[in-house]
Amino acid sequence: MKIGVIGVQGAVTEHIEALHITLAKIGVHGDVMWVRRLDQLREVSALVIPGGESTTISKLMCWNGLFDEVKRLGEEGLPIMGTCAGLIILAKKVLGAAIGQRFLELLDVEVQRNAYGRQVNSFEAPITLSFSPDPFPGIFIRAPRILKVHGRARPIAFYKEEVVGVEQDNLLGLTFHPELSNDTRIHEYFIEKVR
Amino acid sequence: MGILRIIEEKGTERLKRGFAKMVKGGVIMDVTSVEQAIIAEEAGAVAVMALEKVPADIRQAGGVARMADPKKIQEIMDAVTIPVMAKVRIGHYAEALALEALGVDMIDESEVLTPADIYFHIDKRKFNVPFVCGARDLGEAVRRIWEGAAMIRTKGEAGTGNIVEAVKHVRLVNHGIRLLKHLTDDEVYRVAEEFSKPYLRLSMEVKEKCSLPREILKNEPVYEEYTFDEIVEGIYKILLEVKSLQRLPVVNFAAGGIATPADAALMMRMGMDGVFVGSGIFKSSNPERMARAIVEAVNHYDEPDVIVEVSRDLGEPMKGLEIDKLLVRMEERGL
Repeated sequence: MKIGVIGVQGAVTEHIEALHITLAKIGVHGDVMWVRRLDQLREVSALVIPGGESTTISKLMCWNGLFDEVKRLGEEGLPIMGTCAGLIILAKKVLGAAIGQRFLELLDVEVQRNAYGRQVNSFEAPITLSFSPDPFPGIFIRAPRILKVHGRARPIAFYKEEVVGVEQDNLLGLTFHPELSNDTRIHEYFIEKVR
Repeated sequence: MGILRIIEEKGTERLKRGFAKMVKGGVIMDVTSVEQAIIAEEAGAVAVMALEKVPADIRQAGGVARMADPKKIQEIMDAVTIPVMAKVRIGHYAEALALEALGVDMIDESEVLTPADIYFHIDKRKFNVPFVCGARDLGEAVRRIWEGAAMIRTKGEAGTGNIVEAVKHVRLVNHGIRLLKHLTDDEVYRVAEEFSKPYLRLSMEVKEKCSLPREILKNEPVYEEYTFDEIVEGIYKILLEVKSLQRLPVVNFAAGGIATPADAALMMRMGMDGVFVGSGIFKSSNPERMARAIVEAVNHYDEPDVIVEVSRDLGEPMKGLEIDKLLVRMEERGL
């Protein structure tokens, strides 16, 4: 199995590292690769869109020709996980977008960018997962908020009463950063989708 | 909500260093107006640095350079959705507290402004907002990290459009990191002692004026509440981490003299996580194109054909200055 991480900007190496650790932990033979070009994208059987600046990532994906191809592959069922900026890029509707900012419009959610405020309001708090009994360390950095979950998307992660993660068939979208924690449960859950 | 007590933490080291990780692979652009900030965002900048004047103009104007007018910073914060950073003078706690209260996303404790303290930098652990600081070598980098900087950048020589000092600082830091690999833990400890000496400057000066022996007293705080032994211990731990990671434990950007897409690509090739571009964009003849070209060059730094493409017919880059002819060496500010 080859898992790609969109590597145009953001916390790319953190996801690559988390995926390596997860593969070793669950005993799955696989490779993790940095994806910046179309030919690299065609090799992968799953994809992560990392955290970073969603405006920058989506622009660079458009300029690189990755944007339309990721959208097509997502529609065809390629497993894709988006964290923070990655969730914003996956979303059907985004509030607080920059002028001309494009989104993949794959995930049936409405999200608001920088919804908790600026960096001084970034926070860590335990969250709950629908698929695991113990709390998960939620790391929210200038995080977006999921305002609406509709269509085929269903909530899988919660902070207080708020939905902070959703799953929709082949797609996972999270407002927080599992790649910055030392907890691999979410990466494990994602890899299970590929198997 | 029932049995699960939710404890929300803010301003943790993980959140501050995490913020810096989110700008990796990106370009942070100096801007002095709302119009420039919008140009930067549209060109794909990951963040902007809100300033009164770009470094080249600070150099030209002379006088004391201070924190920017909060009104200007606020206007820029309101105009763009990407993070907004701003600079404070080295050691100026009050400017830093003001910018934290204003809500900037990251503070640059910067040698580009006139230093406020000749003895010490800000104790950045006391803040919730993350800081980036300049460094010329491994010693400066680990001192700033020990003080709580969530991100390091080379100092280079700001406002010159001349990459030579930034290259020098990358080389000095990188070679220092490689050297650690060959040292025993005892030798690393001695390096930590050496790197901690700048914190003694005030104490030594006072003792000298009192004709007291220049020895460090066991329980004497030499910087904030820390004794010299505590500082050495902290710096030693960071050096061991650097030795094992073979890189700095925080995000490390290039800054100070980047004026062209090829300059940016050079910095990325040398292992930098991203670049700051100060005067290089808005002192060029076509800022819109230069901004996007540098963003693309950082993204494709290892693809020379892309560097050719984005460098083609860009117009005049900023004029630039020779380092030998400068009246002020900003990089020499700070300890």
